[in-house]
Formats: sequence, C-alpha cells, structure tokens
Amino acid sequence: MRAMVYRGPYRVRVQEKDRPVVEHPNDAIVRVTRAAICGSDLHLYHGMMPDTRVGMTFGHEFVGVVDEVGPSVRNLKPGDRVMVPFNVYCGSCFFCARGLYSNCHNVNPNATAVGGIYGYSHTCGGYDGGQAEYVRVPFADVGPSPIPEWMDDDDAVLLTDALATGYFGAQLGDIAEGDVVVVFGAGPVGLYAAKSAWLMGAGRVIVIDHLDYRLEKAASFAHAETYNFAEYDDIVVHMKKITDHLGADVAIDAVGAEADGNLLQHVTAAKLKLQGGSPVALNWAIDSVRKGGTISVMGAYGPMFSAVKFGDAMNKGLTLRTNQCPVKRQWPRLFEHIRNGYLKPSDIVTHRIPLEHVAEAYHIFSAKLDGCIKPLIVPNAA
Amino acid sequence: MPTMPYTPDKPKLAESPDELRARIPGWGADLDPADRPAVPKERFAPEITGAHWEFPERQPEKWPRERSIEHKFLTPVFGTSCPPKGLSGVIRRYSYRRFSEGRAAHWLLLLAADRVDTAESRLGSLFSRNPDNPVAETGVRSEFTHHGLSSRRGNRVDKVHHPLDPVVVAAPWVLAGGVAFLLVRRVARRRR
Repeated sequence: MRAMVYRGPYRVRVQEKDRPVVEHPNDAIVRVTRAAICGSDLHLYHGMMPDTRVGMTFGHEFVGVVDEVGPSVRNLKPGDRVMVPFNVYCGSCFFCARGLYSNCHNVNPNATAVGGIYGYSHTCGGYDGGQAEYVRVPFADVGPSPIPEWMDDDDAVLLTDALATGYFGAQLGDIAEGDVVVVFGAGPVGLYAAKSAWLMGAGRVIVIDHLDYRLEKAASFAHAETYNFAEYDDIVVHMKKITDHLGADVAIDAVGAEADGNLLQHVTAAKLKLQGGSPVALNWAIDSVRKGGTISVMGAYGPMFSAVKFGDAMNKGLTLRTNQCPVKRQWPRLFEHIRNGYLKPSDIVTHRIPLEHVAEAYHIFSAKLDGCIKPLIVPNAA
Repeated sequence: MPTMPYTPDKPKLAESPDELRARIPGWGADLDPADRPAVPKERFAPEITGAHWEFPERQPEKWPRERSIEHKFLTPVFGTSCPPKGLSGVIRRYSYRRFSEGRAAHWLLLLAADRVDTAESRLGSLFSRNPDNPVAETGVRSEFTHHGLSSRRGNRVDKVHHPLDPVVVAAPWVLAGGVAFLLVRRVARRRR
C-alpha cells in the first residue's frame, strides 16, 4: 500500500509499505477514505516529540471503510463506513471505565502519562496512523463508530479530533453564562473552541493569533472579536484594557508546543528541543485571565519540562483544566449540534491534497502558506 | 471614581442573552452543564464502551517490546510500527530500561536516539533502491506553487524564525561533514 512515512525532521515521503494485518482478535483493518493533518502532527514533523522513529506513518485524524475484522469483533463488519477517534483505547481499564478514554492504561507500553494515539510517535504507543491507504484499528468494538448516513467524509474526519477537541476545550473552561472567554490560537482547534464557547453561553469570545487570515476566519466562522498580537507591544496589557482591567473569566490555550510570540521560548522549544513546548500562549493565558479564573489547555505539549509561569497561576488562584480529548464522549452531542445547524465542521477546510503530495501538504501547513487552515489528505484508494 | 475591578460589580456585557441568541446560531444550547458531554469529568460507565472483556486478550509479543518502567507489565495491546534497530535502538532500549518518565534523562536520550535514527536512516537510504530526496521530502516546491513569498507578507511573527528551519535540518550534517573533514585531514597529515 501507499503510506506517508516520516524521514526525519521536516522530511516526509510517500512510499510502498506492507498493508497492516490483524495483530489482536479485536483489531480491524480500515481502508482510509479521508485523513487530515493536525496541528499537533507538526510537533512530530519538526522532531519535537521524543521517540518519533524514522519509518512511522503519521495521522490520527481519519475515516474509512472496514476492510477486515479480527475474530472477536462483534460491532463492525467489512464494508462499514467508520469514523475512528484519535484515541486508541480498550474500554475496560480503570480510566476507560470512567470515561477518560484518552487516558487508557492498556494500550501504551511506552508511557503511563499519555494514552494511545494513532501515528503519534512511540511515546504514544507506536501505532501507525491513517495518512495511508490502510490502517490497523485496535479495539474495533470500542473506538470506531459508523458514520451517520447524513454526514460526509469531510465533516466526519474533523470529528475524529479537531472539532471534538475544540468543543472539549470549551467544556474544560467551565464557562458560565455571560463569561468573557479568550482563545489563544486561531487554528482549527481554536476556531472550534471559540465557536463552542458560544454554545455554552459565553457573553464575549475573543481570539488571539498573529495570522490575519486565520483571525478573519475566527471573525466569520466563530463570530469572535479578534486581535493580532503582533500589533500590540504587550498583548496581556491589551487584554486587561479591553476587559476593564479585570481580565477574561476563561482562557483557552489552543496553541500548544510551538507557540510564537516570544522568540526565545519558541527557539528553545521548537528549534533546539530544550523544552517540552513553548509555553507562550499558556503564559499569556495565565496572565490575561482574571484572578480566580479558569484556564483550559488542550494544546499539545511534549513530555519534557516547559518554562511555565506557575507562580502567577498559583497566586491568582487559577483553575487549570487539561486533557487530551476523550473523543467518542463528545460525538452524540456534536452530532446534534451539526444536525441543528449550529456547527459545520468542514467550513474551515482550506486544502484537499492527494496522499502522493503529502510532503507539500506538510510544508504548506507548517509554513502557513496559501491561507492554509486545515488540510485534508485524500488517499488514492478513496 | 474608582471602577472595575476595584469595585464589586462586573461590567455589563455589550449584548444581552437575547441579542446573543439571535446573532449566534446555537448560543446557550449547552448552557446547562448537564448537557455537556465532558461533565462530570469521571463517570463510571464501563457498560457503554463496547468492551466485552474485563481485561483484554494479549497481543502476541513478537520481539522484546520496550516499555516504561512505570508500567507493571507490558500492556495487552501495543503498536508495532517501528521496532528499535541499530545504535538508535540501543539508546532507546537503554532509556526505557533505565529511566522512568519522570526523569529528563529518559526524554533527552529518546530525543538523541531520534537524531541518531535520522542519521542512520539517511546513510542507509544511500544504499537502498529508494534513496532520500531532500527536495521532494521537504515539500519545499510548494514555496513556488503555493505563494511562498506573498503568504509571508503582513504582521506574522513566525517569518523571523522560518530561515532557521533549513539551518536546524542541515546543521547536524554540516557539523558532521566538518568533523569528518578535520579527521581525514589529520590522518592524511600524519601519514605524510
């Protein structure tokens, strides 16, 4: 089969690879019909995530058609159209039993601090991902769900991570009616988080980024008030000024490990890999939220330490709420919101790129060329 | 006259809930936390996951699978993407065997192994039927087909460090080439 393969930092290619096989009785093999590149894939692409091995296939956002199932699979059969959460999870461990599917303890031998994620380094379990023609899906009775007939692949693939994560991030903010919510990052997850904040009754939603074309999208797609931090000497002071010097009630970090806005932080983290991530957005969140406020973090960081302003967080009495999104928990309610017309996931898709051109897709997304917000990957067999 | 936040009341919002409901599709649909699927954080419901086991059957271990020493045993299911190999594999195995996830040494060794893996793979590709092609693999052609220059106009701050990317990619090779050159030159001089 044809598959995207990592060749070292900033280098990927498409090559022939063995078709995956059933390795466990509850595995399924899925023929991928649509995949996406996630902003967090760029941390792998840039060589930031420890134990990212040459030869791995990335891709934790994908949908497809079941091609083969293992002997113990009951809920799926070949030919089913399925959407697959980015979480690999067993459904039965201490954490899965409590709905913390992203924190499964039975699928990642390489680390206890993070669950299993498709195509996301060996630190997240060593599973090949879905930027390929076929992918192995463990626990086929637990993770994947049939795609509703009324939903197309473009919307479905965005539910496997980006939309679910943005919606989850807004929930982590514990938003109350009338709250002022500031979202750092106008990438796909930030856009969805901003849009979701309104569903939870936010009174004002502010989005911060430095890319004007993404801020325009935040205004049109997420009805947000936007600010380009590059235009302000100190974005934290500006946040105070526009909130009567109180600060926002809730701040959402939808940026994660490669945040810009402080060259030293960015270079030490993203280029020199001396930090688990550049905590610029997180530090801005800490400083611009009001005392007693809440910070939601679902931007991805690496497992190493980062230079976070924890003293300010402590002194301000902040609540920090974090996690990888337990995707499948979000789906029933998100399906309702989509059917009611409150959300249209594929409105943020800017590029549909054939799998064969995956190297260009990564560069376009990484360098933010051509107004790129969300690139989808279309495999040959789609 | 002192104002917020030096006085008790919160400032009024520019728009009332009714105005927001009229302007924003779905405003307040999840106002009640009971409607939010992530609330409460922990909800004991193993019967809804689809699992028909209390502990999953074990996947066959076809080679000694590296694992965190914070785990009691090898997890029943695991990825088999890229078994450790070469010098990078030796470093990875040592890192997993010796250091917990709580130790910086664990992650720094794994990052070092990643760089060694890249070097091993780059050299190995020279002797393969599918050698690396830096132009194709970096996708740099898209700079010419997808508005590389015009995309960087405006206020964006990342254009300052974009020139560092090729340096980060090439620096280990330039350094290794320099060291190799100095070694060869020293050996050649000794022989003279």
